[in-house]
Amino acid sequence: MRQEISFVEIAVIGGGPAGLCAALEAANAGARVTLLDRQDRLGGQLIKQTHRFFGSQSHRASERGINIAAELTGQVMSHPHIEALTGATVFGFYEDGVLGVEREGKIFFIKPARIIVATGAAEKTLAFPNNDLPGIYGAGAVQTLVNVYGVLPGKRVLMVGAGNIGVIVTYQLLQAGMEVAAIVEAAPKIGAYWVHAAKVRRAGVPIYTSHTIGRAYGTRQVEGAVIWQIDEQGQPVPGTEKDLVVDTICLSVGLSPLVELLAQAGCRLVYVPQLGGHVPLRDASLQTTVPGVYVAGDAAGVEEASAAMMEGALAGLHAAYSLGYNQTGYEARRAELQQQLDSLRSGPVGEKIRSGLSRAMIG
Amino acid sequence: MRIEQHPILEFKRGKKVKFTFDGQEYEGYEGETIAAALHAAGIRIMRESPVLHRPRGLFCAIGNCSSCLMTVNGEPNVRICVEKLRPGMVVESQKGKGVIYAPGN
Repeated sequence: MRQEISFVEIAVIGGGPAGLCAALEAANAGARVTLLDRQDRLGGQLIKQTHRFFGSQSHRASERGINIAAELTGQVMSHPHIEALTGATVFGFYEDGVLGVEREGKIFFIKPARIIVATGAAEKTLAFPNNDLPGIYGAGAVQTLVNVYGVLPGKRVLMVGAGNIGVIVTYQLLQAGMEVAAIVEAAPKIGAYWVHAAKVRRAGVPIYTSHTIGRAYGTRQVEGAVIWQIDEQGQPVPGTEKDLVVDTICLSVGLSPLVELLAQAGCRLVYVPQLGGHVPLRDASLQTTVPGVYVAGDAAGVEEASAAMMEGALAGLHAAYSLGYNQTGYEARRAELQQQLDSLRSGPVGEKIRSGLSRAMIG
Repeated sequence: MRIEQHPILEFKRGKKVKFTFDGQEYEGYEGETIAAALHAAGIRIMRESPVLHRPRGLFCAIGNCSSCLMTVNGEPNVRICVEKLRPGMVVESQKGKGVIYAPGN
């Protein structure tokens, strides 16, 4: 069968914060962009983030993710240089730089001159007995159910992980009317920003640090969980078991970058725990080891949405520039975006990311 | 359970539609995922694992992990966390890996 291949200038894969900003930046520079997202709606994980962001004004501080998603999506949809395809899954990256796409049961192929991979990340799970029981969810999954569809997964929940996602989702579950039995955190300290942790503590939710889930139980779905304290080696401390009657367990134990397409493209990957797992090597322009293939957002290393937006914009700018667009405004804009990204990653909060990036940067 | 009152969010639900789950009739809203409609009805067990026959439910809700595969309108392995509910859908728990092209069909 003869297959038509359409040629496009820049393909952006993934319409979350990184992909939306990449598409806008490249299109504003003058390039033609095709944005592909496998979901029916653009915005990625922003569409469920009801909390206000941190950082300075240029990082969209104090705005809620849901509003940022709506604004960026509106700009993308109305941009004359952007073709946005939702419900479009990029399933393959072929040797000659051709992308295979499935949309509404039909398959088509595109050959972009530049590709920006902004596929995001997926939630990690945790090994414990019965971790496959219905009623155990990724924290982000519950956030989707509750904040996007207005449906509660159960009545009483145990949150595993006191990083930003765990604590913020806990607060959102309280807002939505769920009872939260406890948050357990394996590390000796709460990882989340203090202001979020303080909110859930004020609401009466205990946060047990140096604790983890020992097992879940239930015949067909979750009926409870046993938690215990762990020592420095991660071993349970005898006599510290607590039995919590819960019907829901949320795992907020980190995310893994979704790098399958980058791996198919032949990009060199490196395992960097600080960035969430395997990530592509990239230079300062966010180009991977495969010329013309860029990466941005959580696929480049798990970080916050504000960083993903900056990275997306940078990748979009560089991809457009490499095609000959915006030759005059490029340097000033590049310096501005890079400076914003660096300031976001500065200080003790950015320490982990900076040390991770030092292992993923080339050139 | 559905949230009726929320301090920040207002849920704009679509048209009420009927669907069946394992032969029994339920109601949900057009535009929501099958997973959301099932959870609203209190159903969290979506399939049985193919080897050990353990119950499985929703995990990632972004179409990535394959935990929630069900048979929808006769088609197996549908990711119901991203598949939208439509009127009259026949949703069934999935047992085993599902057969896409049965011989003789």
